[in-house]
Amino acid sequence: MTNCPTLIVTVGLPARGKTYISKKLTRYLNWIGVPTREFNVGQYRRECVKIYKSFEFFRPDNEEGLKIRRQCASAALNDVRQYLTEEGGQVAVFDATNTTRERRETIIQFAEQNGFKVFFVESVCEDPDVIQENIVVSLGSPDYTNCNTEEAVEDFMKRIKCYENSYETLDEVLDRDLSYIKIMDVGQRYLVNRVLDHIQSRIVYYLMNIHITPRSIYLCRHGESELNVNGRIGGDSGLTPRGKEFGKKLSQFILEQGISDLKVWTSQMKRTIQTAEALNVPYEQWKVLNEIDAGVCEEMMYEEIQDHYPLEFALRDQDKYRYRYPKGESYEDLVQRLEPVIMELERQENVLVVCHQAVMRCLLAYFLDKTAEELPYLKCPLHTVLKLTPVAYGCKVESISLNVDAVDTHRERPEKRVPVPVPSAQ
Amino acid sequence: MMRGCSSRTKIAQNQDRAVCMTNCPTLIVTVGLPARGKTYISKKLTRYLNWIGVPTREFNVGQYRRECVKIYKSFEFFRPDNEEGLKIRRQCASAALNDVRQYLTEEGGQVAVFDATNTTRERRETIIQFAEQNGFKVFFVESVCEDPDVIQENIVQVKLGSPDYTNCNTEEAVEDFMKRIKCYENSYETLDEVLDRDLSYIKIMDVGQRYLVNRVLDHIQSRIVYYLMNIHITPRSIYLCRHGESELNVNGRIGGDSGLTPRGKEFGKKLSQFILEQGISDLKVWTSQMKRTIQTAEALNVPYEQWKVLNEIDAGVCEEMMYEEIQDHYPLEFALRDQDKYRYRYPKGESYEDLVQRLEPVIMELERQENVLVVCHQAVMRCLLAYFLDKTAEELPYLKCPLHTVLKLTPVAYGCKVESISLNVDAVDTHRERPENVNIHRTTQDALQTVPPHL
Repeated sequence: MTNCPTLIVTVGLPARGKTYISKKLTRYLNWIGVPTREFNVGQYRRECVKIYKSFEFFRPDNEEGLKIRRQCASAALNDVRQYLTEEGGQVAVFDATNTTRERRETIIQFAEQNGFKVFFVESVCEDPDVIQENIVVSLGSPDYTNCNTEEAVEDFMKRIKCYENSYETLDEVLDRDLSYIKIMDVGQRYLVNRVLDHIQSRIVYYLMNIHITPRSIYLCRHGESELNVNGRIGGDSGLTPRGKEFGKKLSQFILEQGISDLKVWTSQMKRTIQTAEALNVPYEQWKVLNEIDAGVCEEMMYEEIQDHYPLEFALRDQDKYRYRYPKGESYEDLVQRLEPVIMELERQENVLVVCHQAVMRCLLAYFLDKTAEELPYLKCPLHTVLKLTPVAYGCKVESISLNVDAVDTHRERPEKRVPVPVPSAQ
Repeated sequence: MMRGCSSRTKIAQNQDRAVCMTNCPTLIVTVGLPARGKTYISKKLTRYLNWIGVPTREFNVGQYRRECVKIYKSFEFFRPDNEEGLKIRRQCASAALNDVRQYLTEEGGQVAVFDATNTTRERRETIIQFAEQNGFKVFFVESVCEDPDVIQENIVQVKLGSPDYTNCNTEEAVEDFMKRIKCYENSYETLDEVLDRDLSYIKIMDVGQRYLVNRVLDHIQSRIVYYLMNIHITPRSIYLCRHGESELNVNGRIGGDSGLTPRGKEFGKKLSQFILEQGISDLKVWTSQMKRTIQTAEALNVPYEQWKVLNEIDAGVCEEMMYEEIQDHYPLEFALRDQDKYRYRYPKGESYEDLVQRLEPVIMELERQENVLVVCHQAVMRCLLAYFLDKTAEELPYLKCPLHTVLKLTPVAYGCKVESISLNVDAVDTHRERPENVNIHRTTQDALQTVPPHL
């Protein structure tokens, strides 16, 4: 979709969520197939200055500190160049305060020299509660391993002060030729300027849909189905008695969780709908949550696929993510059709998604930042609920088995890579 | 926290839409001086929302005014000291809001677009109260622009053709309209970051160069913002055509993934010539991932992008069948399809309604782009065409999209100009009209009444 690589540049005082945004955006872009990497200048600084002493390092009159910080920024930009020009990267997220126009101008020139487009993401926030919350996250940083909380908070507040005097926010007039989004008060308000292309438009849309309100996302598969017990893939069968038992246990579990205002989503296949019916709450059906279409292999057992389509079976094992069943879909296709689900999950708060094995693997890979190689082999057993709770920069996962027996439908990547037989006639 | 929202919940088991978008209906309110594109935005947004399945209607207060004051005399009507004029304009706004209420509460409407200047905080406050009383959410869309060229272009494109100016020459009309704008300028209170911080709105500045977005409350507002941020007014054309005639086409079979016939390949060559003659700068070419569109695009000798979502509608169990065979094997399904061709889903396949949902990213990207040629398929092309030409769900599945014909769509004023260009290469006809008899007990003869001839 793109011609030149894109350099996303964060802007903002410490504790404004820049790293949170950088990591989340990077995760999202990689999941939808845009090779992206984040470059956190603070990390370069930590590698350079082994031991963090205090906020004094960040004082604007600390020549030694300034020199080191400039060097670190340069080293990071160098790695950015390498990633975007030699390593196949499409987007690089340059995560630092970048609070002066001068620093931003340097980056713009760097990008121009290298043929990168620049898109700024500024986070502005003066709400003391939010900042306090953020600082708690920052306290988990290696900088503060040897401090008690009080000392750490005090030092961090002084660190923020070091930046405040020289902070030049993106200005509607002075910066009118730049492409940027300014996020104000944790997403209450946005200023968007000169969105140039598709990827910037998608980034803006994504950033405008995420929030930081605490909530949990519950992922599970439908209850055990008739085709499941027969070792058959796909199809649209109903639940076995054990599958129905799972529905009941799921209903109890949901009640025990005591979640306010839980949304329940299912696919449009019988087995997820039947499972949700047992919950006795309103639910929404999404066609895009339907299981991966196995095309000509629908409703076959793996043994039958090996029998009828040994070549296809081997090809699938070679690249399970990109392999597309004849007249069917690939995991890669699944991710594309699930993108609106992810976007809506970001908008929502507490949601339970009752779906299918391949679908659940795709959603899980998004939340847990799994690669395309890992994704098709993620374990998503029947009758088990995964509870995902955003925490700090990532996601806490709790796996809760509801103690109803079920057949195992997980097929590991076979160890021996069977060489693909050369077909005699094409 | 949310202004004007009742606790009416609308969730259905067999919802057409992928997401249950709303609890309460939404009232979109435009804000801005005359000739800032409010009506353009209102109509376009309405068209888009209806296409994706959200029942939407626009209410243009100017139209109510024209019905009330039969003959427009001059800008004097809009002078802020014209008591008579003010009274009529207030009445018209009330009448329009009344119709809004009826549409959203009694006629199944989900979104109403209230298109007027709404340039004072007082007027907007009246609307907010109206919405609160009725349990509607309010979302403001303001267009701010001071570029004289853009304003001039607007006046020329849409104002001069307005019923208000049928009896004026261009100069007089422009002069009068400029004075009309002046009448609003003094009392114009733009949406303010501080004073209006509790409202939900998007402020579009300088035709989309800059946007200010405040308090987006829900999914539909988020989609509206995304859409508004992707549209532009740069002149361009969109070319839609199907692949060249395919092997399955000539055999009267639907779906599948066959290659082109010799005539189909001929079309590819003619298409290539046509594109060259059009002399389009920087034309993007998109195809599906099926052989027949790819083969067609190959003949153009230009780079092209393949979109899986542009693949033809999946006919499920009926894939590669002739209509005669479908009637033979699935007479009930065949009749049900004729009863509601838009919503009918082939067993293990898709419906037109599903198609629209998967084509939405294509429409969004077409809005972002400039000159594009989309080489696709019959059902897909019908869906895209319905979006550009504002066709209903009932009309959509019967739109005529013959093989070897290019449709050139050029946005103009509030709509789209369509030119149909046949490239003069014979092809089989694949268009099946709705038969008279759609009863499930109909005879085979009645069912096959409208099947086009084939081998």
